[in-house]
Formats: sequence, structure tokens, C-alpha cells
Amino acid sequence: MFVCRMKENGRKLCFVRASNMSVVKQALTIAKPLPEKGEEVYIVVKSGIVLHMAQTERRDAPELPDFSLLKRIARDQLIFLLEQLPGRKDLFIDADLMSPLDRIANVTILKQHEVDKLYKVELKPIVSISDQLCFLIRPRIQTVKWISDLVNSDKAAGRFRKYKIIFTPQKFYACETVLEEQGVYGYITTDEWNFYILPLDDDILSLELPEFFRDNFLEGDQRWVSTGGGALHLLQSVYGSFSKVYGIGRCAKMVYETWREQMEDGDLRTKQPEFAKVFLIDRDVDFITPLCSQVVYEGLVDDIFRIKCGSVEFGPDVTSSDKSIKVMLNSQDKVFNEIRNEHFSNVFGFLSQKAKNLQTAYDKRRGMDIQQMKAFVADELKGLKQEHRLLSLHIGACESMMKKKTKQDFQELLKTEHSLLEGFEIRECITCIEEHINRQVSMIESLRLLCLLSLTENGLLSKDYRSLKAQYLQSYGIDHLLTFANLRQLGVLVEQQPGETLTVMESKVGKLVNDKTVGKLTDAFSSLAKKSNFRALSKRLALVPKSGDEYDLRVPRDMAYIFSGAYIPLSCKLIEQVLERDGWTGLEEVTRMLNGHEFAVTAGGNSSEARTKTDAQRIILVMFLGGCTYSEISALRFLGKERGCRFIVLTTAITSSARLLEALLDNHA
Amino acid sequence: MAFVTANWNPLGEAFYRKVELFDMSWTLKEGLRECLIAAAPYGGPIALLKGFQRRSPSTRPQLEIYSSSGVPMASFPWKSGLVKQLGWTVSDDLLCVQEDGTVLVYDLLGGFKRHFSMGNEVSQSQVMETKIFHSPYGTGVAILTGALRFTLATNIDDIKLRRLPEVPGLDGAPTCWAVLSQDRQSKVLVANGSHLFILDNTSCTPVTPPGLSPQASSVLHMCVSFSYKYLALLTDSGHVWMGTSNLKEKVSEVDTSIRTPPKQMAWCRRPKSQQSSVVIMWDRLLLVVGECKETIQYLLDSDSVLVPEMDGVRIINETHHELLQEVPVACEEIFKIASMAPGALLLEAHKEYEKESQKADEYLREIKEQNLLAEAVKQCVEAAGHEYEPETQKTLLRAASFGKCFLSNFPPELFVSMCRDLRVLNAVRDYTVGMPLTHTQFKQMTIQVLIDRLVHRKLYPLAIEVCRYLKTPEYQGVSRVLKHWACYKVQQREESDEVIARTVNMRLADASGISYSEIATKAYESGRTELAIKLLEYEPRSGEQVPLLLKMKKSPLALSKAIESGDTDLVYTVVMYLKNELNRGDFFMMLRNQPVALSLYRQFCKHQELDTLKDLFNQDDDHQELGNYYVKASYKEPRLEARVSLLQSAVDEFYKAKNEFAAKATEEEMRLLRFQRKLEEEKSEPLVGFSLHDTITALLSVGLHKHAEQLYKDFRVSDKRFWWLKLKALAEKGDWEELEKFAKSKKSPIGYLPFVEVCIKHHNKHEASKYVSRVTPEQKVKAHLAVGDLQSATEAAIERRNESEIITVLSRCSATTDVILVERLNRAKATAAKK
Repeated sequence: MFVCRMKENGRKLCFVRASNMSVVKQALTIAKPLPEKGEEVYIVVKSGIVLHMAQTERRDAPELPDFSLLKRIARDQLIFLLEQLPGRKDLFIDADLMSPLDRIANVTILKQHEVDKLYKVELKPIVSISDQLCFLIRPRIQTVKWISDLVNSDKAAGRFRKYKIIFTPQKFYACETVLEEQGVYGYITTDEWNFYILPLDDDILSLELPEFFRDNFLEGDQRWVSTGGGALHLLQSVYGSFSKVYGIGRCAKMVYETWREQMEDGDLRTKQPEFAKVFLIDRDVDFITPLCSQVVYEGLVDDIFRIKCGSVEFGPDVTSSDKSIKVMLNSQDKVFNEIRNEHFSNVFGFLSQKAKNLQTAYDKRRGMDIQQMKAFVADELKGLKQEHRLLSLHIGACESMMKKKTKQDFQELLKTEHSLLEGFEIRECITCIEEHINRQVSMIESLRLLCLLSLTENGLLSKDYRSLKAQYLQSYGIDHLLTFANLRQLGVLVEQQPGETLTVMESKVGKLVNDKTVGKLTDAFSSLAKKSNFRALSKRLALVPKSGDEYDLRVPRDMAYIFSGAYIPLSCKLIEQVLERDGWTGLEEVTRMLNGHEFAVTAGGNSSEARTKTDAQRIILVMFLGGCTYSEISALRFLGKERGCRFIVLTTAITSSARLLEALLDNHA
Repeated sequence: MAFVTANWNPLGEAFYRKVELFDMSWTLKEGLRECLIAAAPYGGPIALLKGFQRRSPSTRPQLEIYSSSGVPMASFPWKSGLVKQLGWTVSDDLLCVQEDGTVLVYDLLGGFKRHFSMGNEVSQSQVMETKIFHSPYGTGVAILTGALRFTLATNIDDIKLRRLPEVPGLDGAPTCWAVLSQDRQSKVLVANGSHLFILDNTSCTPVTPPGLSPQASSVLHMCVSFSYKYLALLTDSGHVWMGTSNLKEKVSEVDTSIRTPPKQMAWCRRPKSQQSSVVIMWDRLLLVVGECKETIQYLLDSDSVLVPEMDGVRIINETHHELLQEVPVACEEIFKIASMAPGALLLEAHKEYEKESQKADEYLREIKEQNLLAEAVKQCVEAAGHEYEPETQKTLLRAASFGKCFLSNFPPELFVSMCRDLRVLNAVRDYTVGMPLTHTQFKQMTIQVLIDRLVHRKLYPLAIEVCRYLKTPEYQGVSRVLKHWACYKVQQREESDEVIARTVNMRLADASGISYSEIATKAYESGRTELAIKLLEYEPRSGEQVPLLLKMKKSPLALSKAIESGDTDLVYTVVMYLKNELNRGDFFMMLRNQPVALSLYRQFCKHQELDTLKDLFNQDDDHQELGNYYVKASYKEPRLEARVSLLQSAVDEFYKAKNEFAAKATEEEMRLLRFQRKLEEEKSEPLVGFSLHDTITALLSVGLHKHAEQLYKDFRVSDKRFWWLKLKALAEKGDWEELEKFAKSKKSPIGYLPFVEVCIKHHNKHEASKYVSRVTPEQKVKAHLAVGDLQSATEAAIERRNESEIITVLSRCSATTDVILVERLNRAKATAAKK
């Protein structure tokens, strides 16, 4: 028997030559030198038959479930709801529902179902002359109030129309109360469009609820919890039940509880699950990761150009023409798919290599005869053209990012950030931040650094806290007093509690014991007072690799590569650890530092041994409550590749440092 | 067996048979005369109101309810008004329509449920005639009033009264009328003499049935088929016209040559059959009229009532209960005399087999040769379903089972499910239960409805047995029955709360999907609050407990349960309820103890009632939040005075909250606002609302240096900030002269590198180079590089022997033009590295 391995276009190939099949079979079953992880196996038997065995049991990446089904379900339901209001009608859509809606049902489909005109909800008087108005909105009191005013003004003007509100993903009692209080309840019909999940990509599902974060974590308003449960329930009913659920965080626990209740209410389907493990995590378990600057391509694109609902608008500086181009960023984009998870420093090199390859492909034309040329034009040219277009766009984007990110400011920012993560030269960092504020470099960036400082140091010293805050207010105005109040409430930017209580205790204890012990005690106390959760966590989970080691970003060795090797995202590390241990055992100290609320449940109990080997067991759904960043997704993809499994991210929304902080601003802008 | 065909009568192509269902176990003194009677379809109960026209209080009419087998279920004297009509709803409730248009609803055990009215118009002009009908939308009531107008409600559970248009030329009661269900609405067909009209919501349309024989001058009677598809008219000339109910098509017309008006008329037709026939009943005669000219006549020996069913007509009289139906095809094939159908042969084969005769083989062979064995088995199974006698059923099933042995892959489901169905059917046909369902009816009504009906009759054990036997999923089977049982149980007054709660819990313990809150609600409704609370404790889902707790006025408990459930809508429900129920103080106090509810309510107030929000904070003495509230309010305020006064309130609150920092900051803001206002008035520069930093920048950019200085001093702006700010502002403006002056005014706290960089940013190399010399040695290299002076940068770097700086410089040198520099740097780098 003869085995030959080779790599081609990133595919691992393995050729096996043998005199007959039984030899090969024996080798495959007994000796197991083959196949290795992720290999496609071709078996060449003497008689000349080639067997292609791509689907071996140890195949690297399990197939992901087909999430376009979710879109179909949502679309059908929407159409059904629209038809409940027969006849021509004008449709008003919440601004932030526009893009998600477009992904589900475009204008043509809406028009087919007798939608006349589309308007964005702007909370202003309307101009529609239609007799039937349909509102497709998020269940927000403000919007409902606007609709009530509209109805009331129509009433006053003696105008008769039909109104219908479609709440998505669900309606809230509070909204109906508003309708009632405004005296329009009887004039409006309401409905629910259970559009919980928008698949943004093969492995990214989003609830598209950015307000989840602020409502839940800052305002203590838990109404979105049931939405989270609903989303999981939907996934379960379409793709089969889960065998194991892990989670951490208060909200995660509540989501799990509501989900479980819905599970009990409905009839249980005993379908073969398409993914079996779920991990629920609250955003407030890890604020540090989303506050770090993103340096992986996709994250960077998001930070700079803001990816909206899976698509990005590249401005004239990228397209090198005078108009902007909207581009969908997902795995369909072959070029993007290859660089999205790469550290930014590698991207340019990759793209130029790609450009060269493309040129070679084009160059093939030379020396072709007519027949070959015909085939080339028919088969390859279109693909090449497409690739060409994408390539030039990404190169443009790269250039534009380079301009911004290679500036000294940015380098210094990164340095400060890394120092903070390492807990190194904190004074200098504070000075740096101070200068940043004083120079009015960027409102959000300054705030971000302040938060990072507080999070990594477990709060700022009173003196620093006050002075930095004062400086910030001088730069950006008094209204940020409210922003600071919010940040404090969330625990993202806090003042270290002066160790009053401790000092009192110290002196009391001090009276009882001799001096030597007092010294020790004081140490103990001050370490208690200054216990920095992040430092301890970082040590415990080895989040910050030892500095000094060269980190080759081209060959990432762990998830830290997404932050230039400076930090392994806490959220992803937790996921890795829990999956590895199949629970929280051994992580007690960690969970204590993270305020607990962890859980691990084996659901149903019918997960038989036979099933554990199926692909489904290697697909893990991670639900981020309060949003996750593209960097985290990249880290999970990396982890998946390492472990031979796939992660599907279900998030309330894609977030980034800017989005996170903007949600917490309370200025009047 | 030979007598199966004994009660068959041929009519045209088909046969009709009259099967006896029950010997009625009731004893009626006066027979069925002089009483109102209503029997529900699908073998439902029978209601009798004897002497319904009596009005004197001494002799009240008696309302009696019997099962189909005549077993009494309820009986009570009628104390309300004069009843015009009795009828049953689809859910086994008895409707009694009174003369004044009030409809009283009773359950089938005689318990009063509710009543509703058919409107003022009806009660004024009184009810003349009533019909109760069933449609896909539920049970409906149609009334002909004394004013000769029709009023109609299609679904009594969701009453929408419709008054139909007037019938032209109607000056007395119409000869007959019927309710049709067409095009998703209920219509009335009225016959006034020979004229026919269809009344719908808006119009009255005259119609003529196609091909109605001309000698008729009046329509005496009409009836609509069970499915509303067919209509039959009986004219005074004795003709029966049969056709579709839309009056577009005629099926047949038969002359009965009887001219007296009949007592009752009903369709007798099974689904999918080609045959259709009408049963007409006179005093002593029952006539079956089909598509052919001949008829079947039965003599009646006492007063009877016809009950139309989907696949036949039931005939009830004093002593007997019979079913008249067309013989189903399968039965006909098998039992028809000298039938050679495969089923018949199989039955014969089996008979011979039992007799151990070799003829069995012959018969079997005959069927097999035609390849019809599967067909034969199917026929036998099907025929078994249509037979009423268990013995006949058994014989047929045995034959089927025998035939099945000779088939290799005959699917067993058909046979098995028929056996199951028949077992259930035989059980409910027992006269103690009294539900003479045919197999067709059973399939139509579904097992769920059958269980409901059993539950309505309080036959819980049988219902549970049926569920278990048919393996109905628990939540729609056993659990549902148990829930009904429990609801009934909690209404039994003779037992103590403790005992009932315990019994209920014991029985329901291992059943899944039971809502204790529903049971508790029932208990509460029957006035047993304590029991309700006890039962609620068994409810695992706290959310389910809330509505009832609210109803029982246990609001604090309701609130905490709502919060426990994690369902915010529920919390809102309770909060809103409490808001209306309690006075403000108590309401706020209650919220105070429930942070989740409080934050939810706050969210609501933020959009809906801002003032309430303030009150909330006040109540809690939450000065910090109040301060924030005022700050927020201040920037919504356009007038400066109001803004300042709001900020003053904020300051007061911040002091109370011991947040001196915020108080000071707010005070400063007030000062700043006043300053901005003053300057705005003096210099007409828009400043109000800017941050301190922006204000100073704005002042500098218009050259108001003195004022800028003043702010700088007054507000203790840090030197660094001021230098940065001024540097940028001046550069922005291009005021290089002033910048130079400024640079020389004193030693820069931010060093001079920023000067260089800012100048370069504004593309002024010349100015930049002025400051290079003043840059500290550590930053020299950077400064040189910034102005693009590679030569000096090289010098500086080499002088400092700093490797990383050398590398930086190197990276900026190009290999072609700066050969000498590169060489020098490389050499220096080597030495620096060595060190």
C-alpha cells in the first residue's frame, strides 16, 4: 500500500494506492494512519477505480445546518400577516428594521402583496394618502405613541382609515397599554411577526436587537429575555433539540428558564438534532473583549466602516470612484471569506498574492487556441471578473484602513491597550489617556480607554477617577455626567472604594494581635481591597500570553492572535474551557470572580451514546446576550478549526466598542 | 347471518335499511305529543319540554334531558318564560329560545350556564318561529319575529346579530323556511306560497328552482341536507323537488301524491354516495323518496321525531330508537344475495373454513385468481365498520383476518385501527352511555370531540380508558380529562378544602401538562378562595398563577409571582393593575420592594409619564437619580434661565446625594453657561451649549485671546490642555505669528514635538522646522523625521545610539537615494546592537 499526501488550494489531499479494496479497508479500520483531520481521501485501486472518500468520519468541519430555512419561515409569516389586511396599503417600517426586512422580503415581494408605498418611521407627521396603513415596528413605546397620535389626528380631521400594527418579534403588554391610554385601541388591529432570527452568514445568526444590551444590562428591563428564549425555541423546533446547555450570567439563566418553559408547553419533537450543544453567555461577563481595538480584518472593517446587517458601504476613498458601493460581507464573497479571520498585518500580503494569481489566470489566455478561448470565456472569465471586482474593493478598503491605522496615534493607542491588559506601566497609560482626552482626539475612544482602565484595574483610584472625569467633562460637556452615571451603574467605569471599612477592621484587629501579624494582615487586606478581578482571571485562565515571546501572526497558535497576540478573549476562553471540561467543574474560582450564575444542564436525558459521535455533537451554538464582536466570532472560528468542531454564533446584535459605548451615552445628541 | 338483509329495502340502485339502535329506557306518560323535543346530531342527548305551552305557575312545564338511549340525565320544572324552541349546540349545550328572544343556555346535565338576548327588535315583536343550525362557524340561531322579519346570529359564542331584509309581499307567516350556509355566510330561504326568496345580509333575491313542476302553488315544507349542499322542497301538489341548495341544479322530482303537509322532512344521504334521498314523515307514515320514481314506505305506530345525521336519519319514538340509512357499498357488496364480490367470497370462504370444509380453499382460490384478495380484506374490514351488531362485526373481522393470512405485505394499520375504533364505538353505544355513533360519524367528529362529549357526561373513567386505549397524546387525552374531572371535583361542596386539594393533587400528580391555575380558577369561581390558593401552590409555572391571584386581590403575591416567571408582560399587567387599584403612595411603596417591577415601570414612565418618574425618585429619596433627571431635563430646555434653574435643582440634589463631584461639575456648567451667554450677547458668537474645551477653541479661533485666558484661569483648565488647544486652534487658523509668540511665552508643558507635528499636519514645513530645535533630545528623531529631514534624523539617532530609533529612520530611507545614510545607519545599528 502506498500513501501520498499533498496540499492544494488549502485542501488536504490524501491518495492511497493499493492492490485491492480490502487492503485499504483494513488500513482504514485497524491501523488508522488515515485519514488525518480534514483530509479528502482518494483511493486508487490497481484496477483503476478511484474512490472519493471526502466524507470520512473524522472529516474536519461538520456541515452546518441550512439557516435559509429561517428566512423562508419568516417570509411566509410576513406575507400571511400582510394578507390579513387585504387591499392596497402603505407600509411604515421602523428604520432599524429596514435592512433586516430587505434580507427577508424585498420590495418586489412586498409590492406583490399589495404594499403601495414604503415609508420609514420617522416619528413625524405623515403624508400617506392611503386608506390602509400598516406599521411594521419593534415593540417600542415611543413608536406606538407616535402611531396613536397619528390615529387621533386622523380622527380629529374626520378621516377614516384602517390601521394595523405588526410588532416584531413580539408585542408587549406595555405597547398595548399605550394604545389603550391614548384611546385608540379599538381602531387598530395588532399582530405579531415572530421574526426572531436573521441569518447573517452561514455561522452567524442575529436577533438584530441592539437595544437588548442597554435595556437589559443598564435599565434592568428584562422584557427581551423572552425573545431570547423564543429564538432558541424556534431553532429547536426547526433543527431539533439540544442535548446539553451551558451558560453563565443572570440573563443567560433567565433566557434558559423561559426557553425551558416554552419547551414544556409545546410538544417535544424527537428529531435528530442538527446541533446539540448550546452555550449562553451574558455580555456583562466580559466587557473587556468588546472594548479592545479590533485588528482582525472583519472586525477592523466593522470598526472603521461599520458593517450593517452583514453588508458594508464602501465610500469613495475605497472604491476610488465617486460613488459608494454596498457590499455583502459573508462567506459567499470568496475573497473576503479567506481574509476575514486574518490578522490585519497579513491581509495585504495575501491580497497581493491573490492579485498575482489572478493575473496568471488572466494570462492563461495568451497562447490559447480558439477552442480553449471559447471554453475560458464560458467557464472561467465570469468568475475571474467577479473575483477581480471583489479583490479591488478589498484592496481599496485595506488601503484606506492602513492610512488610518498605521498612524502613530493608533500605534500608541494599541500600546496603551496592551499595557492595560498586561497591567504594566499603568501610570504612563493614565497620562496617555489624559492626553487623549485633553487633545479631544475622539469622544468614544477616550471613553473606551477609560473603561478598559477601570475594568483591568478593578476601578480607578478616587483621585484619578475624579480628575479624568473632570477633564472629560471639560472636553465633551457636562451632559456626560449622565454617561458616567450609566457607566458606573453598569460597573464598567467605577471608582475604587476607598478601603474605609477595611481600615476600620484593620485597626480593630490590630488591637488584638501583635505588630508582626498586623503587617501581614494589612497586606492581606490591601490585596483584598485591591483584588483586581481581571488580573486574577487573566492569571487563572492565562489570558495574557507572556510578553517577550515573539508571536507570529501568520501562524496563530491560540485565540490571542485576534488581538495581535496580546490577549485571549475571556468570553471565548470560557467557552473553550467549559466545552473541554464538559461543565464548570474546576472553574469554581473563575465563576466566583465572574459573579456566578453559571449552569450546565443535560436536557432530555435521551442523548444516547450512539448519538455522541454524530456531526451534530460537533456543532455548538453560542448565544451572546447583549451582542458579540466580529473578533470574537473569528476567535471561535479559530477554536473550531483547532478542535474539529464548528461554532454557530447567535447574538442579540453584532457589537463593537463604539456601538457598546454609544448605547450607554446619555448626552442630548 | 342469513338475516342481515332482512331489513333491507331497495330503492333505485341502492338499498335502505332501518337498524334498531335502542329500546328506549324512558317512560313517557304522554308519549311525544304535546311537547317540544330536540335531539342533538352525532348521537347526542335528547331534550324534552312537556306541556311547554302551559303558563300557570301551578302546573309548570317540565324540562327533561335524556341520553339517546333514553336514560334520564336531568329533569327540572321550567320556571322561565314561554319556550318556543329547544336546540343543542355543537358543544353539547342546550339552547332554550323564549318567546321574548332571550336564549337560555344549559349544560347537558341541566346546569344553567348563561343567557343572552337576540336583540330589542325580537323582544318587542316576539318570536314566532326559531331554527337552530350548525355551520363551520359554530351553532347559530335564526328567528322569525312577529313582525315577519328574520334575525340571525351565526355563532352564539360570538354573537353578532344580523337583521335580514324584509321579504316582499309577506303578510303572514311564511309557509316554510330554512337556513342555508353558502359562500361563508348564513342565508335564509323563505317560501311564501309558491314564491321563494333568498335573504342574505343586504338583499332579498327571488329564486325559482329549475324544473319545479308547474302545478304546485305553494311550497309546504323544505329541508336542507346536513352538508348544506342539497335542498328538498315539498309542494302542495305532492311533488318532492330535490336539487342543489344554490338552486342551480335539479337532481330529481318525485310525485308522492300525498297533499297534506308533513310533520318533518330530512335528507338521508351518506357522504360521497351518488344516491340521495329524502325522508318525509306524516302522522303515521314514513316515506323515503329517492331519485327514482318508486318510494319506500314505513308505517309508524306512534309519534316520532326525525334526527338528521351526516349518513342517515335517526327515528325516535316512545319506545324505539332506529337508524335509517342507505346500505353502505361494502355491506351491500358482501351481503347482497348472490353477490360474487371478493368480500362476499372471502366471508363465505371463512365460513367454510370454520366448518373445516375444503370449499374454503375453492373460494379463496377464486378470489386469488382474480388477484382481489387485498380488495376482499379491505371490503370486509370496511363493512365491519358499518355494522352495528358486534357479532356481525366480529364475523367480518375474522374473515378479514383469515384473508390477511394469505397476503404477504398487506399493511396492518387498516385492520388494527378498525378493531380499535369498533371497540371504542361499541363501548359508547352501550345504552348506559347512549351514544349511537356510526363509524363515519366517529371519524368525522374525531376522537378529541368524542372525549369531550364523554367528559360533558361526566364519564371520566370511560374517557380515560378510551384515551389510554387509543394512545392519545397525554396533553390532549388523559391530562385533559383529568383537568375536567378536577374542575368538577372542586365544585363539590360537601368535601373540605384540604381533602379536595389532596385528592386532586394525588390524581393529577403524574399527568403532564395540567394547568392547576385553571382548576384553581374554577374553585375560585365557585366561591372557594382558600381552596384556590391551595391549588395554586401546585402550579409549577408561576406565570400561570398571576391572573387568578390578581382576581382574588392577592396583589403582592401576584407581583412577586409575575416577577418569578420572568415574563415582563405579566409584570406589566400586574403593575398596571396595581397602578389603578392602589393610591400612589402605596403603589410606589410596593414597587420599591420589587426592583424588577420598578425598573420596568421606570422604562414605561420615561416615555409615557415623565413627571411620574420624578415622583418615583422623590419617593425613594434617590437624589442621585433626581439630579440626573434634572440634568437631562435641562438640555431639553431652550431658554437659558429655565436651564440654569433646572441645573440648580440638580446641584441641590447632587449635594443631597453627597455627590460633590457632580454638584461641582454642574455648578461649573452653570457658570460656563452664564459666561457663554454674556459673551454671546457681547460678541454675537454662538457659544451656548459648547463644552469648556470647545468654548475656548471657539474663542481662540475668533481671536478673543483674553477671554480664552480668562476661562482658562477661571475654570482651572490644565496647562497641557490649554497648550494643546491653543496650538491646534492657532494652527487651524493659520496664525503662525501668534503661534510663535505663544511658543515663546513660556516653556511648553507638552514639549515642542506637538508644535512640529501640528505644523506639518497643516502642511507648513517652514514653521515646523522652527520648533525642531526646541524638541527634547528623546523626541528629536521623530521631529526630524516629521519635517522630512533624514540627514538630521540620522545624526540624532546615531548620536543617541538607540537601536529602535535607528531602525525607524532606516525604514524611512530609500535604498536608492539615501545610500550613504543607509550605510551609516547600518553601521551604527551594528554597534548599538553590540552594546
